[in-house]
Amino acid sequence: MPEVLPATEIFGVSVEIIGVWLAAFLTLAIFSFLYQDNPVYKLAEHIFVGISAGYGVVITWHEAVIPLLINPLFRPEQAGLEAPNYVVLVPGVLGLLMFSRFVPRYDWLSRWPIAFVMGLYSGLTIPSSVQGFLLPQLHATLLPIWPGVEINAWTAVSNFLLVTGVVCTLAYFYFSREHRGALGAVSTVGIFFLMVAFGAGFGNTVMARVSLLIGRVQFLYHDWWFPHVLEPLMQLLGG
Amino acid sequence: MRLQIPLVITFLAGLFMAVQWFVPHELGVTVYNELLNWGRIVAAFALVLGIQSLLRTHVEKIRRQREDWPYSAVAIASFVLMVVVGIGWGHERGTGFDWIFRHVQVPLDATMFSLLAFFIASAAFRTFRARSTEATLLLVAAIVVMLGRVPETLIVVLGETRPGLWMHAVMPDVSEWIMDFPTNAAKRGIIFGVSLGSIATALRILLGIERSHLGGGGGGGP
Repeated sequence: MPEVLPATEIFGVSVEIIGVWLAAFLTLAIFSFLYQDNPVYKLAEHIFVGISAGYGVVITWHEAVIPLLINPLFRPEQAGLEAPNYVVLVPGVLGLLMFSRFVPRYDWLSRWPIAFVMGLYSGLTIPSSVQGFLLPQLHATLLPIWPGVEINAWTAVSNFLLVTGVVCTLAYFYFSREHRGALGAVSTVGIFFLMVAFGAGFGNTVMARVSLLIGRVQFLYHDWWFPHVLEPLMQLLGG
Repeated sequence: MRLQIPLVITFLAGLFMAVQWFVPHELGVTVYNELLNWGRIVAAFALVLGIQSLLRTHVEKIRRQREDWPYSAVAIASFVLMVVVGIGWGHERGTGFDWIFRHVQVPLDATMFSLLAFFIASAAFRTFRARSTEATLLLVAAIVVMLGRVPETLIVVLGETRPGLWMHAVMPDVSEWIMDFPTNAAKRGIIFGVSLGSIATALRILLGIERSHLGGGGGGGP
């Protein structure tokens, strides 16, 4: 664990050591759910909910509200401005209109900020989807499928499989016609490709979770159990 | 007017963001960045609504003393603690906020997700049956990818025999090939569909055909 915190000790105990014990307790509390649902697990679970929500609020406050709204209005020098920037009052007022939901008579005003955000990101989606997803993926799919000077037979087969897979998957998602005859056959092949992708995705997810599990077990042993429990115990027993 | 004004706001904001992409003028880029910041400010206020909803649920639980209500008090206390420490003393490295983040949130987050390793494995054990071609493909792909990530498993299971050593050598490449070709093909098909769907939905929103985000199409008044 990295070293920090200005107040380094509480009742003569390093805050980092307290932190390690707290983290170990919470880790074991969550793992206790493997036995059955219990009060210690519920405690840790609710701490997690509260802390995560608080984290979101604090990050939004420091990364969005302060630099984009409060500094330009009240502390222009900190925002690199010579005078207050009153233009930010527009999104500020739009944001405040969100709270009109609490007043039934004026709740229709909350549509304005929602409309603004939806318009903003919808407009952004159109060119960015074309530039960022459609064209690069299309470009990457137009591959040589005949062995020659540039590619060997195995790469050609793999490329052919890739192109076939894309076409068949797209055919599976084409619902404007009944999947019968040629379309049915092609979409069935599409299902095979989708199943392989789902299986691979599942395998990756399992391995990512196992990797997290290994990380937690390593923390419990190397950061908590060995230095803070086992070693002091051995020293106490004169080992 | 209660419906028309939001529709006009949506159309103008969206039109500018879409058109600006193709006009890389300095003024356009400045306004574009300013509007993105405006979006972040409005989203910050929206977060307050989300938090209000979360707190209301827990306060209601405490007020009516429903089952497990003391845990709701813990959730609210944790939230208040994080907000007070984070807003009062900052969120830089070395602050109390950072300490809580490193010693409470990170361990809880990692452990909560690592717990899924057990559930996902037991769910797989119960549901993975090679009953059809599709299920077999899914099962085989999952096993190959998992073994490809940790090929040492093959040595543990098969020992240092010829098949064991051979599979240990080739499994990472086979796993990589599955990820690069058949998996990539299916993902690409999905991405094409998602991209076209996103564009169509964005156009529907900009043109006012899709209005569900405004709370139905009625408009609530003249």
